[in-house]
Parts: sequence; C-alpha cells; structure tokens
Amino acid sequence: MAPSTAGAITLTINGEKHTLPVDNRTTLLDALRERLGLTGTKKGCDQGQCGACTVLLEGRRVVSCLQLAVAAEGREVTTIEGVADGDRLHPVQQAFLDLDGYQCGYCTPGQICSAIAAIEEHAAGWPSAVTTDVRPEAGVAPLTPEEIRERMSGNLCRCGAYVSIVQAVARAAEETAQNTSGANEMNVAGAA
Amino acid sequence: MREFDYRRASDVPGAVALLGAEPEAHYLGGGTNLVDLMKSGVERPALLVDVRELPLDRIEVTDDGGLHVGATVTNSDLAAHPEVRRRYPALTQAVLAGASGQLRNMATVGGNLLQRTRCAYFTDVSKPCNKRVPGSGCPAIAGEHHNHAILGASPHCVAVHPSDMGVALTAFDAVVHYVTAEGPHEVPLAEFYLPVGATPHRETALPAGALITGITLPPAPDAAASCYRKVRERASYAFAIGSVAAALDVRDGTVRAARLAFGAVASRPWRAHAAERALIGGPATAEAFAAAADAELAAAEPLPGNAYKVTLIRNLVVAVLTELAAECRRTEEATR
Repeated sequence: MAPSTAGAITLTINGEKHTLPVDNRTTLLDALRERLGLTGTKKGCDQGQCGACTVLLEGRRVVSCLQLAVAAEGREVTTIEGVADGDRLHPVQQAFLDLDGYQCGYCTPGQICSAIAAIEEHAAGWPSAVTTDVRPEAGVAPLTPEEIRERMSGNLCRCGAYVSIVQAVARAAEETAQNTSGANEMNVAGAA
Repeated sequence: MREFDYRRASDVPGAVALLGAEPEAHYLGGGTNLVDLMKSGVERPALLVDVRELPLDRIEVTDDGGLHVGATVTNSDLAAHPEVRRRYPALTQAVLAGASGQLRNMATVGGNLLQRTRCAYFTDVSKPCNKRVPGSGCPAIAGEHHNHAILGASPHCVAVHPSDMGVALTAFDAVVHYVTAEGPHEVPLAEFYLPVGATPHRETALPAGALITGITLPPAPDAAASCYRKVRERASYAFAIGSVAAALDVRDGTVRAARLAFGAVASRPWRAHAAERALIGGPATAEAFAAAADAELAAAEPLPGNAYKVTLIRNLVVAVLTELAAECRRTEEATR
C-alpha cells in the first residue's frame, strides 16, 4: 500500500457523529478546537503535563493533546460541551460554580471532565497512590480530601484554586453517590 | 512533526508484517511517550502501527498461580485488577505512583516497558546525546544530572529508566513475551534491558520489529507482604528520584525470603541481588536492613550532583523493609 499521511476519520463527539479529513499528525485536541469549533477543551502545555485538555474517550479521562485524532477513529468522545443535560448542569459543573472551584477558568473544563471520571473510578473501586491498603479485601477507601488531591493531581491550576476544587469534587461525589443509590440518574460518561 | 502513515493492526502477525515492511516504523500503544517525543522531534517515524485493537488486553491467572498480562492492558486496568492487588500489591502501588489518572488510562503495559528516559538532554534535540545521536557526547555527566544514575552507568550515558511499573515487575521476576516474523519468544525482564556500555542507544534485547505481546508474573507467595515506595520532588504526578519495590517473608525474626528492586537509579529497573543475599537468613532488624542496602550500594558510582541518591535509597530500603517486617509479624501473630 502506498503511504498516506492523511485520511478521513469519524468520531462520535457528545453523541453526534462527525466525519472530517485529518492529517495524521493532528491531535484530538487540535481536531476538537481547530476543526470542529469545540473550544471548551483547552490547550495548556500540549505535552501531557497539565490536564487542561482532558476529555472522556469511551468514558475514560485522557489528555487529548497526546491522543492522535486518527487513533481515536470510530470512538466516542465527551467534551465539556457535552457533560450537561440540556440546561441542567452536571453535578460536578454545579459544584464548581457553587463553591468557586476556579479563578481564571482556563483549567476548569479539564478539571471538570477529570473530576467526573475520577468520581466514577473511585465508585468502581479503583485504589489510588494514597490508598493505604490496595488489596480488594480492604474494600474501597473513602473519598477523602487526600484521595481527591491524589486522583486529581493530573490537573494543574496555576491560579491555585485547589482548596475549592477539592471541596467541589467532594460535594459532587457525595451527590452522585446519593443519586446513584436513588437510581434512574443519567450516566453522562458511561462506565469507568 | 514529520508526516507519517498510520495503520491500525487487527491481529499480531499483521502488526509485525506492517512494521517489517517499513524500516522507520514504530508501534503505537497509548502514545503518551511516543507522541510527546514526536512533537519534540526526538522520534521521527514514517509509519505508526497502532496496536491498541490487538486482542492483547486480558489479565489472566496462569495455571501455576501467576499472572499473564497482555501488552495492551492499560496501566489503569492493571492497577485496578483484583488479582494484581491481591497477589502483587506492590505492582498496583507502583503503577498508581506513576503519571496521572488520564495518562494511566492511555498508557499500556508494553509501552511502559519501552518508554524512554526523561533525561533533559535526550529530549532536547538541540543538545548532544549518545542515546539519541550515537557518538555526540553526554552533557549530563558534567551538567544537570541530579536525577541521573548511580548504578550501572557508563562514561557514555548516565540516564535513568523512568518506569515505576518496571521496578515492581523486576522484583517479581516478570518475563516479557514478544513476537517476531519467526514466531513467539520470551525473555526475562532481568535480561530485557541491555547494559549501557558504549551503546546507550541500544536499550533492549528485542530484535528489530519485535512486538511485545505481554508479560508473565510467576507465582510469588512471598509477594503478599510487598510494597512500592517512591520519592519525588512533589507529592504526586512526578517521576521518581528514587524508589524501592520490596517483598519480605519473616518468620520468628528471621528473613526467609526477600525481593528488592530500585527505581530511578540506573538505565534499567535495578534488582538488588547483593542486598537480597545479605538479607536472607539474617535478622529482621533495621541494622541488618541498612547493611543489606550498603551491600548493594557499595557498587554505586554517584556523580557530584546525585550523591544524595545513595543515602536516599539506603533510607528507603530500611523504611520499607521495617514496615514489611512489622506486617509479617502481625500476620504471624494473627495465625498463631
């Protein structure tokens, strides 16, 4: 086969199918922002170190700056534009608003996408680097502020709004847990 | 970034064949290291063969009670797997100590083994680097080397392997499985990384075009009391400046079995055989643990800027083994 350095890809973004030609060098981040006008996802470091570009790929949080768009072909992407339910904000969005989980707001879309997934990962029983006993018999460690800080460490906030970010994630996690036990809640990001 | 062709492989022979047809090709796993290196110009492949859809994403208990982990299993799935957490807790801890939640969701086990050093001279194409451009020199030796090797380095390269996962895998005697056009092969992780010598650009024993398909962990009953501890320059989301993976079996105050490996001290995860020999059969005391660390670190050749690592590793070994000895004692008392 002759080499081809570009091609058409189809991505399902926030539930909607998009087919677009891309150069193979295009990252998912650049495809979202520059090609599809979805500028909610932010470019910070562009090398996987700041988390500003976090989106959900097949329900899991990833940094879109290190994800080649062509390698996401056929997959489902959820961006900050797709986490609310119509006019009703996602519980994580509402908690960031209510508790001032930001200052300038640049890192916020990444923080929120990351927090949505982090809450699901914890609910699925995933341990973290600060979990004292990782053995399954030990059960799930509670989502303490220390656990939240560790699980959210891939998202930098240069304004230093960490104190309220941790509070917002904690409140959203509590609400999610209550709503899950009450059943029939929407599941935005899919299974973790 | 150089333009490149992209192919998604659907089976292992197909992936190997695609790669074999193009001399300047790379396999693409999670891309967390490779895509970054392509952006900075360190890597300039003409073709990427995407292996993420290969049927290598399973974790299975082997007949002898060990584990087989497919090469495309993500770091997240490896760390969260109940059998990994139950049988090899230090492996889960090591994986979770690395990178961020986002990167662990992308990164794969095979890619983790093949990740490149984060030496700042290697990642900066405007600088000489024997690993990147053989024969161009190593500025780290006289330059910025505070996080470089104290063991097994050479006058040609003092870079360290950055993996956390690999340190725990080394302590647990992991075996790497790979496939070439000739068929399947395996190599112990202990022989997977080549000595630095005069060829720092040759990093692994993998033949050209080989595809890692998975790793096997032999059964390790002594791994139940195991842990991974990592020291870094901030509390989370940073590479190690020193780390220790350890497992210990102590009965009646005597060390019956010990596994010990160090991270961020050498061009490969460093199995501390001399320390293990010193430990086994001896008392489970802080003095004995320090003496064992010294037995290993006698071979250390630190540079002016990283001599602190010798003390750091020594203290880590004592702290981790003391903790594990206490765990063994509690288990002993509970079963008495």
